[in-house]
This record gives sequence, structure tokens and C-alpha cells, in this order.
Amino acid sequence: MASLFEYAPAPESRAVVDIAPSYGLFIDGEFTEAADGKVFKTVSPSTEEVLSEVAQAGEADVDRAVKAARKAFEKWSALPGSERAKYLFRIARIIQERSRELAVLETLDNGKPIKETRDADLPLVAAHFFYYAGWADKLGHAGFGPAPKPLGVAGQVIPWNFPLLMLAWKIAPALATGNTVVLKPAETTPLSALFFADICRQAGLPKGVVNILPGYGDTGAALVAHPDVNKVAFTGSTAVGKEIARTVAGTSKKLTLELGGKGANIVFDDAPIDQAVEGIVTGIFFNQGQVCCAGSRLLVQESIQDELLDSLKRRLSTLRLGDPLDKNTDIGAINSAEQLARITALADAGEAEGAERWSPACELPENGYWFAPTLFTNVTQAHTIARDEIFGPVLSVLSFRTPDEAVAKANNTQYGLSAGIWTEKGSRILAVANKLRAGVVWSNTFNKFDPTSPFGGYKESGFGREGGRHGLEAYLDV
Amino acid sequence: MSEKSEQQRLSVFKTYKLYVGGKFPRSESGRVYEVTDSKGNWLANAPLSSRKDARDAVVAARKAFGAWSGATAYNRGQILYRVAEMLEGRKEQFVREVADAEGLSNAKAAAVVDAAIDRWVWYAGWTDKIVQVVGGGNPVAGPFFNLSSPEPTGVVAVLAPQESSFLGLVSVIAPVIATGNTAVVVASEKSPLPALSLGEVLATSDLPGGVVNVLSGRTAEIAAPLAAHQDVNAIDLAGADEVLAKELEIAAADNLKRVLRPQPVDEVDWSATPGIDRMTAFLETKTVWHPTGSLGASGSSY
Repeated sequence: MASLFEYAPAPESRAVVDIAPSYGLFIDGEFTEAADGKVFKTVSPSTEEVLSEVAQAGEADVDRAVKAARKAFEKWSALPGSERAKYLFRIARIIQERSRELAVLETLDNGKPIKETRDADLPLVAAHFFYYAGWADKLGHAGFGPAPKPLGVAGQVIPWNFPLLMLAWKIAPALATGNTVVLKPAETTPLSALFFADICRQAGLPKGVVNILPGYGDTGAALVAHPDVNKVAFTGSTAVGKEIARTVAGTSKKLTLELGGKGANIVFDDAPIDQAVEGIVTGIFFNQGQVCCAGSRLLVQESIQDELLDSLKRRLSTLRLGDPLDKNTDIGAINSAEQLARITALADAGEAEGAERWSPACELPENGYWFAPTLFTNVTQAHTIARDEIFGPVLSVLSFRTPDEAVAKANNTQYGLSAGIWTEKGSRILAVANKLRAGVVWSNTFNKFDPTSPFGGYKESGFGREGGRHGLEAYLDV
Repeated sequence: MSEKSEQQRLSVFKTYKLYVGGKFPRSESGRVYEVTDSKGNWLANAPLSSRKDARDAVVAARKAFGAWSGATAYNRGQILYRVAEMLEGRKEQFVREVADAEGLSNAKAAAVVDAAIDRWVWYAGWTDKIVQVVGGGNPVAGPFFNLSSPEPTGVVAVLAPQESSFLGLVSVIAPVIATGNTAVVVASEKSPLPALSLGEVLATSDLPGGVVNVLSGRTAEIAAPLAAHQDVNAIDLAGADEVLAKELEIAAADNLKRVLRPQPVDEVDWSATPGIDRMTAFLETKTVWHPTGSLGASGSSY
């Protein structure tokens, strides 16, 4: 569909961010090479340009970082909460000051639109540090006893879809409660974590309290298995989550897992259609659908299916895919060639199994990793695309007739992270929300996040909650 | 005459049976094992449950979950309190069974049973308070109404403590069902009789069938299929030793069951008033969002 009018390109300036040609590991307050000298390159998914070369942590480096964190733990945990709070407030402030720089950096390294890093990721990152800063000197009031104790060294492994936001979700509550941290960012998006190391330096954070170890899966595995780690926090795939659960079995390590999802977005016949369409778009195309709580299964009441799909297709035709640094871009690049291959294979399976594929007319840039927004109709519950997490801009549409059928279909998955409900009827919202086996239920909205609000899954979407008062529990000896 | 006939009267033994789905089946396997008192004297033959019994119990627990988790917290509290009432009336039986099982004096066994009855009362009072204590509204930075509330995780496999055959047993069952979960309980291997008798009390306490299912037998044998079961949502490893606990925790990772690890036996004091940990371990937090429709500051009007 031709656009009504064209926007002039409005790219954000890259000049606000200065990426060094190489980065080391951040251990005990210093940037350092990997013990075995290994490095890897991080590229911009939208152009395939090499952004920087980053040290790759091995087992010896993990050991060094854990030792540094252990040493720092003694003093850090003994600090009055009010002092720890001030460090966290400092970090939050510096993130606000440097937020444009970090937003551009994140867009370059991750491929997501600047509109999202600037308006969603960075404000939430700062908000998380502010929120947990305030808890540091009030832990006795959090409902875990009068003087809950930190656990010790936290080993944290985070994914590439929200590199800096996931760092904030992990580090802010860990530090507020008096733990020290060794964090492994994802191999495709290590840069914002390394910039965060510089923020720790600016904030005057004591050495060893935060350690950053870029690397691949084996680095994460070594960190999780390290005998002197007291707490493991992981966000990522369900398969890796299960492996981690097996690794920590029989130890005293406390574990929280935020894993995959196959969120149902349920639209009833009395839903506000235009708002629902916006919610569906946000639900599955935010961050190119690379979101664990994405609303990747649209369940629409049969009587309004045609009307809704017409509106949805019309809306999808207005989405702009392209340069993530352009402020008008809605859909950016897929994070890596590997992820693009996975999405492509699953979408092909959808077609092969008989679902009907539709995408708006959409030109893909020549370089980089791109996938057009895609919608599948005629999907059944048995289809791979209705069962497996795709982690890409691919929406499967199923229909239902009664609220009971909607609930049954929504719950018919191994996952239980998120769900959406669209209806004007309040009692229906409450009744359906009550029956959904999901950790987050968005009614007449979708993909909303807030540091005060616990987030996490039922079933194979993992266990534990991040955010809010509940998020403190994962880092306290309770 | 009467004195003599009393001496001659042969007592009636009880056939101890499992408690599954509100019924009292024998083990599907047809097996039993000898249960002795602390001095090695024979007390009874208890059912030696099989994997199939464990699976049947899970089916019963799943079937009961919808109605039990959907019951009002007030109703659940009433039923838990009813269990205490029923126990109070049959106290003597449990004192005898606990004394035999654990080699306690009558006075000590009576104290244990009293504590177990009081524990039901304690948890009865929690059913309609835990939501207020661990849930609540979240002040999000936006025009949204946002509420977090705890929900039961589902079917919980419970390995009852080995040493405390009754107070320990009650201390691990009551918190699981108080919050709306249903339970498959593996009784103390050595001393299963108080647990099997508890089944009889539960059956007469308005507790819907299937909410608690009691199995007796070899803990390791029954626990393995429960830990690996795809329709079990959580497992309490209280009755597992270190080696078994690790093995079961690994099996539990297969469908990411919630795992409550065992505490070292000498660090557990079942007579102490519990905290809320045994309840929160089997709760999920659900957060529901809705727009409030407030478009900005309300100005000076109120």
C-alpha cells in the first residue's frame, strides 16, 4: 500500500557516542584483557559494520571476577543501606545524563529503532536504578523480616533483546540489597554493559562491586557453575534455563529464571478495535518481536475476525522498516544473522504446515539482517508457529467463539509469561485475567513495564519475579 | 466374667490404605511393607506405592485443583479449621500412633499432636490474609491501574519429613493447600501410619477429594516419577536426603518445577511457629494492568 505521504529521513546523530576500537573485560574496577587473549567482534545488525572488538572471558577470567566480587562483598554489604542508596542514585542520574549517548549506542549494537531505545529502554533503565536505590535503606520494611541479608556474589546472564534494560533489572536490585555482581552480557550486544562499567567508574562505585564479562554461552556456563557464586539470575531461552536449573541442582545457589513465552493476545467482540489493533502491533512488533512477553498469538473472537484483520493489515502497511537510527523507523533490524535464520525457518514451517502468510509491501535494506512484519492466518493450535517461540516479528492468528474457549487456547502452551485481554466489559476482564496462567496480564493495553511492577512467568516461562518489592526477594536470604 | 472376656478379646487390626482422590485404595501394585515401632515391633503392613499410584495421585490432584484454587479463601480457611476440629476429636488415636512411630512418651506425643492441631488452626487463619501480605497495588509511572496478586502454582508434590511423622507432615501439607494448591504427599518412609490416618481425617473434614493425596512406600521410588512428571508444578523436597534431593532437583528442571530444597535435618524445628516461606514457595505472582483513563493532573478539583 502506498503511503499517504512520505517522511523526510531524520537520522539521529552518531556523533553523541564514541565507540573505542576495542574493549576489555571489566574486573575489579579495571578494564583488562582476557587471560587467554581471546577477542570477538560486535557488529551493527542494520549495516553489518564492525563496531568494536571485545575481550572474551574464559574460565580463568570468570574465576578472577568472582574473586573480585567476593572481596568487594564484605565492605559493600556492610555499608549502611543509605550509602548504597546514594551510589545507586548517582548511577541513575548519570544514566539520565548520558541517556542519548546510550540510546544511540544501543541502537547501533542491537539494531532496534532509536524511537524505542530513546523513549522506552533508557527511561526504564534509569527508573529501575531510581526505584531500587530507594529500597536500599528500607529493606527492613520490605516484608522479608526486620534485617534481611544479601546472598553474596550474584552471577547474572542477560540476553541481547534489551541489553541495558536487562542489565538494570539484574544489577539494580542486586546492589540495593548488598550483593556484588558478575554479569555476562550477550555476545551480540556487549557494548552498553561496557559503557555501564564506565558509569560505575564515574559514580565512584567501589572496585569489584560490579564486574562485566562479555562472552558466549560457555562464559555464562562457567559463571553459573562457579562454586563461589551464591545467586544465579538468568534471562533467556527456556532450553538454557533448564540447563542452568540442572547445573545449580543440589547446591545452595538461589536461582531465578526469566525464560521464553508465547503470549496470547485475546480480542473479544466488544473490544475497542482501533486500540486493540495498536495493542496487537505493540505486542508483536515492538523490538521486532524479539520480546519474551510478546503477544505472538492473536486470539480473536470469530464474529469480528474479518473486521479486525482488515484493520490490522491496513495498520501494518503503515509501519516503516529501515535505518534504526531514523527517528521515524518503526521496525529495525533483527539482532543477528543467526536469529534471522531461526525466524526464517520457523516462518517457513508455518507456510509448509498450511498456514496462510501475509506481509505488507515492504522493501528490505540490502545490508544487515531484516525480516518484514509477518502475519499468519488459518493457524491451528497444533501448528509449530502457534507453539514454539519465534522471537521475531511474526504473528499467528487463531480464533475462538466463547470466553472459555479463549482461556483454554490461551493456556494451551508450555509457557506462562504474558497475556492480553481486549474488551470493554470489566467483569470479563477480571474473569478472564483470573483464569489465565500467566505472570503478566495486560488488559486493554500491552507491553507496559514499570520498575514498581513485578514481572515473571508461570510454568516453563521460569520462576521468580523481577521488579517491585517482589524483585528484592531474589537477592535476599529469605 | 466380663474381666475374663476382655482379656480374651482379640483386637481388630486396621488395614492401612492410601488416600487418593478422596478414596482409600490399596496400592495398585498389590505390595505392602512392614511398619514397625521404634523398638522394631510390628505395627501394621502399609501400602508400598508404585509409580502408577503416584501418577494416579497426580491425576486426582490436577482434577481437584480448579475447584480448590477457585474456592474463596474464606471457604478454604473454614475447611482447614475443620481439619483441626476433626483431629481434636481423634487426638488419642494420633497420640498413640505418634508415640509408636517416633518412640515418644505419651506426654511428648500428646504435645506433638497438640502442636499439629494448632498448626492447622494457624494456617486456617492465613488463607484470607496471605494475598494482602504478599500482593498489592503497584504505583506505576503512568495512567494505569496495576495489581499484583499471588496465585497457587498448581499440583505440588510433597516429600514429607522422615523424622517428624505427624507434626512435620502437617507442617508441609497445610501451607501448600492453604493457598489453593493441591498436593501429592509421600509419607515418612519409616513411619507412614500417622499420615495414612490423617487421610481418614481429611476425608471427613469437608476437604474435597483429591486436594490432598497421601502415598506411603519408598520415598525415592515414588518421588522419582513425581519429580519428572510433566503435570506437577512444584516439589517440596523436605523428606529427601542430600543425594536424592539433588537427583530430584535435576529431574524437576525438565518442566521447570518450583523446587523447595530440604533443610538439614538437625536445623529444622517443626515445633517453632513457621514463617510464610512454605506458602510463598508455591505461589505465582500475577500482575494485571489496565488503563485508568486519567489523562493528566486533576487540577484543583477533587
